Amino acid sequence: MSILIDKDTRVVTQGITGKTGQFHTRMCREYANGRNCFVAGVHPKKAGEDFEGIPIFATVKDAKAKTGATVSVIYVPPAGAAGAIWEAVEADLDLVICITEGIPVRDMIEVRDRMRKQKRRTVLVGPNCPGVITPDEIKIGIMPGHIHKKGRIGVVSRSGTLTYEAVGQLTEIGLGQSSAVGIGGDPVNGMKHIDVLKLFNDDPETDAVVMIGEIGGSDEETAALWAKDNMKKPVVGFIAGVTAPPGKRMGHAGAIISGGQGTAQEKLAVMESCGIKVTKNPAEMGKLLKSVL
Amino acid sequence: MKIHEYQAKEVLRKYGVPTPQGIPCFSVEEAEDAVRKLGGKVWVVKAQIHAGGRGKGGGVKVAKSPEEVKTWASKILGMQLVTHQTGPEGQKVRRLLIEEGADIQKELYVGIVVDRVTQKVCVMASSEGGMDIEEVAAKTPEKIHKVFIDPERGLTDAEADDIAAKIGIPAASIAKARAVLQGLARAFWDSDASLAEINPLILTGSGDVIALDAKMNFDDNALARHPEITAMRDLDEEDPFEIEASKHDLSYISLDGNIGCMVNGAGLAMATMDTIKLYGAEPANFLDVGGGATADKVTAAFKIMLSNKKVKAILVNIFGGIMKCDTIATGIVSAAREVKLGVPLVVRMKGTNEDIGRKILSDSGLPIITADNMAQAAERVVAAAKGAGR
Repeated sequence: MSILIDKDTRVVTQGITGKTGQFHTRMCREYANGRNCFVAGVHPKKAGEDFEGIPIFATVKDAKAKTGATVSVIYVPPAGAAGAIWEAVEADLDLVICITEGIPVRDMIEVRDRMRKQKRRTVLVGPNCPGVITPDEIKIGIMPGHIHKKGRIGVVSRSGTLTYEAVGQLTEIGLGQSSAVGIGGDPVNGMKHIDVLKLFNDDPETDAVVMIGEIGGSDEETAALWAKDNMKKPVVGFIAGVTAPPGKRMGHAGAIISGGQGTAQEKLAVMESCGIKVTKNPAEMGKLLKSVL
Repeated sequence: MKIHEYQAKEVLRKYGVPTPQGIPCFSVEEAEDAVRKLGGKVWVVKAQIHAGGRGKGGGVKVAKSPEEVKTWASKILGMQLVTHQTGPEGQKVRRLLIEEGADIQKELYVGIVVDRVTQKVCVMASSEGGMDIEEVAAKTPEKIHKVFIDPERGLTDAEADDIAAKIGIPAASIAKARAVLQGLARAFWDSDASLAEINPLILTGSGDVIALDAKMNFDDNALARHPEITAMRDLDEEDPFEIEASKHDLSYISLDGNIGCMVNGAGLAMATMDTIKLYGAEPANFLDVGGGATADKVTAAFKIMLSNKKVKAILVNIFGGIMKCDTIATGIVSAAREVKLGVPLVVRMKGTNEDIGRKILSDSGLPIITADNMAQAAERVVAAAKGAGR
């Protein structure tokens, strides 16, 4: 199975005509079943046109009605990105993956609030994330496809290149991935570690999970506490930012130690106490996973 | 982005939050003028730097005569003010705030942040004002009261009154506290703040509720829609390396170690720093060159790392995905030539076109040490730094 997406997923791309959107749509389309998966683009003023054969619609709703797309990927610039998320939610898609980096936190608070109040069923991944990939089936996002290999390890992470590092290590020692999910580095986002762990737990094609976190917030702790009582599969973890000083935002808006909370040491301690094997050496994430199989 | 106390008070006054009368000053003469303009009998001379803990560091003094104001102003202006937030070298004081004295009956605390779990704006208030709130939270968490704001409604009258009562505001002053709490909450929301804090919030002898201090930080991602806030940026308060890096769209943070590192991606950059520590050294910086690093960006990054004289060796760790390793290698070679690299350089490149990238590095004739993985790279850069005399 895999989680969230597979070869039969049909995707609408919001922001398909921008430079980033064009580049990554091409890359995604070339990956595995991408040619069949990426069925629509959205641009309010370019309905009726196409992007290299992919038809463009005025709205997500139109795109869904005409192509059957159920998943959206967003490359819209920060100022309009929260609006783009809401448009996809209103169109009642299953899943929205927002790649855009730099969305104001207030915009995300508003859109998440509306999603909750209206009890919307749409699942959000991101923003400020690399996307989701199910190797050899479909890649939605900006990760390099070729480092992945089909297999039975789930990967969930808040960061981009650090996820690639983990995936690269797994592939190198012959462990393929069921799905890899980048949930993003922003303080207010959609899916959390715990949500992705739950999906991997229920996925018959996932045997074990690599969970990668970083300083800031308490999502890793929440996920670890849930895993302690519920996870039927081994989980290994790494937390980036042992050396990060308090009060400094380490690149990601969400990666900041504030009020003495969200340190790497604290997270690692909670994860270990919940039975998650952790490493302090990011070069050994792959090896660690192999040791628990 | 951070702003000074006097600027935060300007913002808050626009939202109806009362503050003491005060005048920002850049010189002793201006401070003397301010005393004349303010009148009264007691004044407070307050150092304006972005770091907290100014009072304990000797940057806030009460003066009971114009002469005392002059004395304190001359002492504080230009001093290196050391607080728990500045580091041992301190921060030079370039601005003062001269304020009228206040009749403090009670010191309270109110702060606003974004709560990641509820994904709402959270007001925190406490009867324990004037203290380090993190200490209060650790020792007596029951003394901190929280309310999560509905983004559509804002902080309601009932919520504001309830929290005011909980922190010990007497009934006669509840309406005044409500105005402060709602003003602070609106200021936070409207200006895309990431932190708004009044510590202490005071109750005066006459029952007024006043912001004696104020602190505001803002969401960098939202500054584009707030030119009036952006104009308050004070570059003197920021790290010169970080300012230079931001001009090149590089995410850079100065640290205390001696290994410079350049990485693509924030998570991998933090992980690389951690690996350096694991092998017995400390990183000199956090530097994320981002996803679309060009040769120009790489050169700028090298210049910034090398202008830090503490740097004894540099580690480059790139996971080439979309960005190809040969592009990065070309950038590294041209940067190393342009800046006349005087310290050992260890490069670890992984991903797309890594073989071509490595060949470019070895063909360059530059003394670049390569590594196959992160651990090896860290080990080698730490060894190189120990052997390097610069």
